[in-house]
Amino acid sequence: MTGTGRLMPRRREVHPVASDPDYKTSVSRAPTWPLLSMESTPSEETGPRFGHSLIGPLDNNLILNFTQGQAPAVGERIRVHGRVLDETGRPVPHTLVEIWQANAGGRYRHVKDTYFAPLDPNFGGCGRTLTDGEGRYEFLTIRPGAYPWPNRANDWRPMHIHFSVFGHAFGQRLITQMYFEGDPLIARCPIAATVRDRSQLDRLVAPLDLQNSRPMDYLAYKFDIVLRGRRQTMFENKPQGM
Amino acid sequence: MVQPIDLLVETASQTAGPYVHIGCIPSFAGLAGVYPEDLGLSPIAEGAQGEIVTITGAVHDGMGWAMRDAMLESWQADAQGRYPGTPGADPHVSGFCRFAADKDTGEFTLRTVRPGAVALPDGRRMAPHISLWIVARGINIGLQTRIYFEDEDNSADPLLARIEQRPRVETLIAKKTGEGRFRFDIRLQGAGETVFLDL
Repeated sequence: MTGTGRLMPRRREVHPVASDPDYKTSVSRAPTWPLLSMESTPSEETGPRFGHSLIGPLDNNLILNFTQGQAPAVGERIRVHGRVLDETGRPVPHTLVEIWQANAGGRYRHVKDTYFAPLDPNFGGCGRTLTDGEGRYEFLTIRPGAYPWPNRANDWRPMHIHFSVFGHAFGQRLITQMYFEGDPLIARCPIAATVRDRSQLDRLVAPLDLQNSRPMDYLAYKFDIVLRGRRQTMFENKPQGM
Repeated sequence: MVQPIDLLVETASQTAGPYVHIGCIPSFAGLAGVYPEDLGLSPIAEGAQGEIVTITGAVHDGMGWAMRDAMLESWQADAQGRYPGTPGADPHVSGFCRFAADKDTGEFTLRTVRPGAVALPDGRRMAPHISLWIVARGINIGLQTRIYFEDEDNSADPLLARIEQRPRVETLIAKKTGEGRFRFDIRLQGAGETVFLDL
């Protein structure tokens, strides 16, 4: 629990622009009116909680979870780990983290993905876990492949893993993508480029974490996620002026 | 020089993309067997107190096209206006639901209990509403909005009161189409663009 205070206002300049002609689909799906801004209310300050009973033993192991441990997925074995924190620097414990990704060839197991790279019969592409008491999480998976997508004439997505994080308040809800250190496609990706502030985009790029890699087994990548925080003050929940 | 403000910065959002269902609603993606069932199938369990309501709608892009790849999440109080996890809340109301626009029609359906009015810390009350969060390919950061109900007294709601152009209030109000049935369309752009929230 990270308290029940009001949420800090979202710093919108950190986030992607809503409409970007280089990401063509965004043009017809971006609101044109300004958002209605207001102090958070209990509707945003509370949120769903998920218990450990939800999580199966292989849920955070994408190498094995599609076959229930029968056969491993093809690809470069990696461990992705990090912490979920809030803006105050406190860990966000026991919160649900979900990921999804393409297989090693850049193909998603989804009815709408028609890329001709083959499906891996041993790879589904989804995983989930709860953070521990210190906000830590980890996944074992394979490095997803880059893939082409219909946008401009020759656009390719860099290798990436999608992350969905809940926090403890519905107003903290966040979906983002993790990129990999050194991928030359990041700088050419119109979706990554919707984040205008380069330093904020850099925070979506996970570094190789060799010290947390396991010799003769997997490489590690570290990816920390920061959610909105809450104001911590005695001067809350009182009528104005009191 | 001054002391540094030692706050962290929120991680930037990125679009959920067209394959969001793989991670969030695997059965929709044709992906079975990893989890016993999808998360957030229903916001209520058998025995939930209150009136059952069914809300149908669609998410429309700037052309008015009902998007086939949107994913929505809802969060709400129980029939007494208590949020799950707070003292006295109805144990049969989880309050959370996750649902997708239909891949052929773009229509979504939310079956839940009608929430009660929610008190603010200062004593004002928010009219009964359901919070919505919408993601999809082409949406770079999840869109927040709310569903209010046509047959409730919405006149003193603090959020609706903040909307300057009064016709826009209507974009947040579900229209009654029958007993316990409502229609709520979300328009990302154009005439009747939905009011999206930043709170």
